[in-house]
Amino acid sequence: MDVPVLKQGPYLIATVQSALTDADLAQLRRTLVEQVGRYRSRGLIVDVTAVDVLDSFACRTLRDIAHMTGFRGAETVIVGIHADLAFAMVQLGLSLEGVTTALDLEEGLAYLDRKQRSVKALGSRPRQSAGPRNLLHPRG
Amino acid sequence: MEHIPIRADTDVLAARQKGRALGLQAGFSSIDITLLATAISELARNILLYAHEGEIELRLLNEGGRRGIMVIARDQGPGIVDIERALQDGFSTSGGLGLGLPGVKRLMDTFELKSTYGAGTVVTAVKWELR
Repeated sequence: MDVPVLKQGPYLIATVQSALTDADLAQLRRTLVEQVGRYRSRGLIVDVTAVDVLDSFACRTLRDIAHMTGFRGAETVIVGIHADLAFAMVQLGLSLEGVTTALDLEEGLAYLDRKQRSVKALGSRPRQSAGPRNLLHPRG
Repeated sequence: MEHIPIRADTDVLAARQKGRALGLQAGFSSIDITLLATAISELARNILLYAHEGEIELRLLNEGGRRGIMVIARDQGPGIVDIERALQDGFSTSGGLGLGLPGVKRLMDTFELKSTYGAGTVVTAVKWELR
């Protein structure tokens, strides 16, 4: 079962459309980690609205995706965990620690837009240290 | 009654989908169906991880008009050496993959574990409809 990945501006949106096997999940992880590089994406949304169960492996794979793409400079937001799933995940003892979640696609995109704006605002501020030069000539 | 052989990751999906269908048939609420399907998924995953193959059996129960679903996860794998420890939160021998049995116990209403070291494991758990 292939998960369609849509490129929207600086973001990638992966919409999981049915229950996924472990192999499908591992494939999704590979694809997304590769594609954030290919499309130079700043953000990634994984929409799990259509997922029937998030068990320990699925949860861990989502965490992996968020951390791996994070290492490549893209922030991941998991969206669409419905109430029943949230309940089951807590009972099972799962956590998405360190991973951003949002209610739905709309909220997820709004979150990424806010993050992009704040990154741009920070980037335009004049820097005090001249990094590399200081490293080469620490006293100069 | 359903027997689902568990030999590959696609069987994990098949088992929880059968559980979901049976839950619907028993008139379970959507939340109970999700709890049941999650427990089945985790039990089937444990079979794959530890025993490589086994089966999930699903039975529709009726006790004085109250319906329930019994899940029996059976394998002839290595068995569990320290059952008490396996039922403690946060204990897993597979590198954190299966969060394991305490979670499944919380998802279901009754839970029983029988394991013989070297001969296999049987987990029997029941989810009852809410009244």
